Amino acid sequence: MKQAYRNSLLLSAGLVVMLGISGCHKKTVAANTPMPPSTNSGPAPTASITATPDTVTAGTPVVLTWHTTDATSVSIDGIGQVESAGTMTETPMQSTDYNLVATGPGGTTDATAHVTVNPAQAHTMKESNITEAEFEQNVKPIFFNYDSYKIRPDAQIQIQDDANYLIQHPNLKLVIGGYCDDRGSVEYNLALGENRANAAKQALVSAGVSPDRMRTVSYGKEKQFCTEQTQSCWQLNRRAQFTMDTGN
Amino acid sequence: MVVEISGNDFRTRASKLSRYLSRSVKKGMKLRIRGRMSGVLSVSFALAAIVAGGLGAPARAQDWVQTGTNLGVQHIRIAVADFKPGTTDPQTFNLKGIFDQTLYSDLSNAGVFNMVSKSMAPPVMPGSPQEIQLAQWAAAPANAQMVVFGSFGVAGGQINVQGYLFDTGNQQSPQVLGKQFTDTANKEDARQIAHRFADEIILRLTGINGIAESKIYYVVGHGMHKEIWVMDYDGHDKHQVTHLGTDSMAPAASPDGSKLAFESFGKYGMEIRVYSVKTHRYVYFHEARGQGWSPAWAPNGQQLAYSLSANGNPDIFTCNANGTGLKRLTAFLGPNTQPVWNPKTGTQIAWVSGMTKLPQIYIMDSDGSNVSRMTDGGYAVSPSWSPNGQFLSFAWDRQYGPGAPGGEDIYIMEIASRRWEQLTHGDGINDFPSWSPDGRHIVFQRTSGGRTNIWTMLADGSNQQPLTHNGDSSMPDWSSK
Repeated sequence: MKQAYRNSLLLSAGLVVMLGISGCHKKTVAANTPMPPSTNSGPAPTASITATPDTVTAGTPVVLTWHTTDATSVSIDGIGQVESAGTMTETPMQSTDYNLVATGPGGTTDATAHVTVNPAQAHTMKESNITEAEFEQNVKPIFFNYDSYKIRPDAQIQIQDDANYLIQHPNLKLVIGGYCDDRGSVEYNLALGENRANAAKQALVSAGVSPDRMRTVSYGKEKQFCTEQTQSCWQLNRRAQFTMDTGN
Repeated sequence: MVVEISGNDFRTRASKLSRYLSRSVKKGMKLRIRGRMSGVLSVSFALAAIVAGGLGAPARAQDWVQTGTNLGVQHIRIAVADFKPGTTDPQTFNLKGIFDQTLYSDLSNAGVFNMVSKSMAPPVMPGSPQEIQLAQWAAAPANAQMVVFGSFGVAGGQINVQGYLFDTGNQQSPQVLGKQFTDTANKEDARQIAHRFADEIILRLTGINGIAESKIYYVVGHGMHKEIWVMDYDGHDKHQVTHLGTDSMAPAASPDGSKLAFESFGKYGMEIRVYSVKTHRYVYFHEARGQGWSPAWAPNGQQLAYSLSANGNPDIFTCNANGTGLKRLTAFLGPNTQPVWNPKTGTQIAWVSGMTKLPQIYIMDSDGSNVSRMTDGGYAVSPSWSPNGQFLSFAWDRQYGPGAPGGEDIYIMEIASRRWEQLTHGDGINDFPSWSPDGRHIVFQRTSGGRTNIWTMLADGSNQQPLTHNGDSSMPDWSSK
């Protein structure tokens, strides 16, 4: 998503056919990929993937098309296991690499299709006049138990309220921040915070909010809402916080 | 109950006593042993019926730690003479003082010598092999087996050092080492010459490269405002590396010391960045979808492992040094982070997973197979793998829980046997241990009274000393270069 810059040269050079770019990636990757040490019975898999179009405005779908041969397991990063060949519609919100990995008895091969996503036009929708304060009043944070990222029953009720508001305002996009209390290890909490943000995202998806409208950011214990060393303070800091995604 | 033992050989007695006590004391009792320089040892039992475990961790590490980490049990007794001024240049006196002090502390810090204190050494400054009288150094009170001496002079803006290492027990050919060093006349270079000479001595007498020339990367700042810094292994010459104005953490120096990988808070959350120490520039790193944390270099320097939330859940991935060729190794729900390679083989990765709720240390093959759990409970994070591949060091709170969110201590575990030893004992909250390249030292962070500093110790937990004092330094990574 973040490497739009990388291919800008290639793109401006006129290489607009995604196949050309993905083929190029494939070569690079394959050359750097050590063969698995296991016995190689059979030919190495082949893999190719294209995205059409390869440059879109945020919110516009792209069609992914892929083919593999000699593969027993095929997956696309961020999507999961897929058939050995197929098509699929995706709506990337940021520039994205769709990395196809084909694994078979003969080894592993991967291929990548890059989609450059340009930001959507600034808020022309009616939601543009919703203030951050108004948003936060309607889409309230949820809180977690100690060292847990499970959605509690009280959080589930809050998620439903949050989802109702978001469904009524379909053009609003949001960032879900995952936060941890001040105890425990800094580095572990960055991962735990991501699990919390992701759990909140999944709960909103289950409540009917499109995943395309949400992105997650973990703050771990780097940002604290409350700085006292008390149980109530720690509880306030173990949260998933929702803010409007203004694209900045 | 208090037991006092007096005697010269208190270490041996303490070790025997602790083994005896370990066997005889039942679970639920807490054992504390403190060694004192006076040779008096007090052992106190604190009956704590509710507290489970916590046994078998005497302050003095057991033999398997000292042997396995090459600290050894027999230490060569070594004397370091003040060097003889080689010239009358006005800079000689000041710089020689820095050199003498650095050389002495480098050898002392090495942890493998029995140092002759300056007050026990003969009050002479032999500048050359012709001027040294070995009998004087071999005799009491110095009783030195080895003596380091030489001359230090400044002329024309250059330092010139002649350094020698002599074996007092070998009258026929006592010279073990003779070295000449030349460098620019300033404090930093005077220190660096001492580091180079110390490392030569350590290599010659122990067969393992010293660490006096190594660097430690660390983090300065707090909250969302942190930058990476670097310092010499002894805490000198601190300077800032990154100037990103955001939250940059988890430094990891590449095995050849040429690159630094770390995590930095960007527009979309934490991402991996790579900085070239040689060119002082950021180098290209393919940013994958999702947030990235905790980079770790493979010992060949060609691959990295890190934690990435490409699929929502933070999992361990490996990739090429430029970030391409991502391969997912774990698929366990929950936080998976802090990967670290077996630096000896490159075929295994240890990491932290919260797959069973509280974080535990696990090991897997570097293709994701053969997962095994190493810690049996509590809250275990921040593994660092010893250079010889035999040990893990990590931060562990064996009694962590909602009712007891206590401190974390640094532990060492022998991987093959899974026996472990506690290295820090309740002095503040300790985290992020990192092995020195010689496997004899561990650097870590300690938070005490709201202040976090970098500390170093020998790998058996002894000789703990702070390297920073600003109260805002954390997450050290001991670089090999």
